[in-house]
Amino acid sequence: MTHLKVGARLRSQVDGTQVIVIRAAPGELTCGGHPMIAVTEPPGDDLKLADEHRHPTAIGKRYADQETELEVLVTNAGDGALALAGRPLQPKTAKPLPSSD
Amino acid sequence: MSLSALLDVAEAMFPDRIVYGPPGGSLTVTQVGQGARAGAAIVAACGARALAYLAVNGPALPVGLFAAVQAGVPFVPVNYRLPAAQIAKLLTALPDPLVICDEPNTALLPAELASVTTSQWLSRCLAGSPASTPALPEPAEDDSPAVVLFTSGTTAQPKAAQLSHANLLSYVLQTTDPGSAGPDDAALVAVPPYHVAGIGSMLTNLYAGRRVVYLANFTAPDWIRAVRAEHITFAMLVPTMLVRVVEELAARPVELPSLRALAYGGARIAPSVVAAALRLLPDVAFVNAYGLTETSSTIALLGPEDYRRSAASADPLERARLGSVGRPVPGIEIQIRSEHGQPLPAGQVGGLWVRGPQVSGRYAGTGSVLDADGWFGTADRAYVDPAGYVFILGRGDDTIIRGGENVAPAEIEDVLTAHPDVRDAAVIGAADLEWGERIVAFVVPRDGAELDLDQLRVYAGSELRASRMPSEIILRRELPYNATGKLLRRQLRTEYLDPNGGLPK
Repeated sequence: MTHLKVGARLRSQVDGTQVIVIRAAPGELTCGGHPMIAVTEPPGDDLKLADEHRHPTAIGKRYADQETELEVLVTNAGDGALALAGRPLQPKTAKPLPSSD
Repeated sequence: MSLSALLDVAEAMFPDRIVYGPPGGSLTVTQVGQGARAGAAIVAACGARALAYLAVNGPALPVGLFAAVQAGVPFVPVNYRLPAAQIAKLLTALPDPLVICDEPNTALLPAELASVTTSQWLSRCLAGSPASTPALPEPAEDDSPAVVLFTSGTTAQPKAAQLSHANLLSYVLQTTDPGSAGPDDAALVAVPPYHVAGIGSMLTNLYAGRRVVYLANFTAPDWIRAVRAEHITFAMLVPTMLVRVVEELAARPVELPSLRALAYGGARIAPSVVAAALRLLPDVAFVNAYGLTETSSTIALLGPEDYRRSAASADPLERARLGSVGRPVPGIEIQIRSEHGQPLPAGQVGGLWVRGPQVSGRYAGTGSVLDADGWFGTADRAYVDPAGYVFILGRGDDTIIRGGENVAPAEIEDVLTAHPDVRDAAVIGAADLEWGERIVAFVVPRDGAELDLDQLRVYAGSELRASRMPSEIILRRELPYNATGKLLRRQLRTEYLDPNGGLPK
């Protein structure tokens, strides 16, 4: 299981999705139905993106869990759905903050 | 996780974005990344356990910071304006530091320290990636210090605040979106690297993909010239700088057509200065930011929409928010506490406490000063309105207690600086047999103005309650500020108490 820590960079095992953790929470983060792994790790063999786990993400967008504080930002878009412990993450629509320094 | 995640994301998402230099640029994200890796090898090769930075702002700053991050050692910017003896004391207290040092500052360095000049550092880092990447230490732990900053020490000796990888990562990730800057965006950075906003601006601008232009030695005419010449769209100023820019623009009006947003923070600012800035720059969006060294920069901000809504409102509660520092940024909680430590409801004045992943509250030697529940006491007096807007009244230890009543110097200073002939004002408490403390005001006349003190007293008397009226008003040519724009009240108190010391009139 991956460690969800602020700043952790994770990749999907079934498509090109990459995320960075903005707010941490315990639990297993999956993409396309399979656990996300550190960007430096090789993906498992023969893992496939099943249609029921297909839900494209957009680069630069934030996604959050509804039950915990978990929030990730997509740094490389893909077709797999993001989920924490089986709960699909929802896109966050918060307006960006103005620069302050 | 280490701060290098920010650079990794920038390299993955927008490697060719120009992040430093004039339009056309001098350094891309990829060059910063390669330079930092080469720099980390230099740090590791000489066995340094800290990378100190005794230099002005420039591209050596991001290359230095990320080199330190990748070598797993803290990055320690030091104020090059301090007396030589103090610089030597701060540097020799570091464990085996390598010092990046501007050529003119090399004379300030104790001979036993390893050092490299800023130009040598940049040319060696940018010369090309090393033939083989040397084995670097294990990546830094989340809680190890990534950056060490010395607090300004306006009321006490400077303390070495340790900002961990997790603190700075949380700040940047919560407040900034990667690559969110437009291709024409450019930030002018005039705050020095040893100020928390100097570190914050370096990290957030790089992560946003915004080109940065550095102004190493601030003067208002140079700043205005740079905004025009470099097509600057965003800048941050400390209040003393904004005062100078407003005066210069009022005296010699010029257009700043590229400038879209201006942030200010780092110290309290007189409402009259903000009003003048809004008048002189009607098309610029203003952002008031509040943060401390110990909180990894901004923890609350009043944004352009707050300004527009408050300025247009007839509701006194909403209009008052122009004088607030806005609301906490994501991830930050705020609590106002009584002097007995009890949380206070909205509207009541007390000590400001903050909590969140970007809050460090940890100092070298002392360790963490957070309370059992993770709260950090800022030493600022403040209150929060019902909608959560935070109002800062000043440092707790600047509060004057006159006849048993608490008086915030800011309240009186704001009245004095609103007088058309007054450029600046400071108020302190002086020991008094009858009242415990009496109120003493120092005022600086506007350039060319003949300030009539009797007339100023009449004006102040019409605006202030009798208990707030200064018992003395003293003329000064200027007020003592440190290099990052913090008023040195302690110096005013010392000079006031020592008549032989003499006040510059």
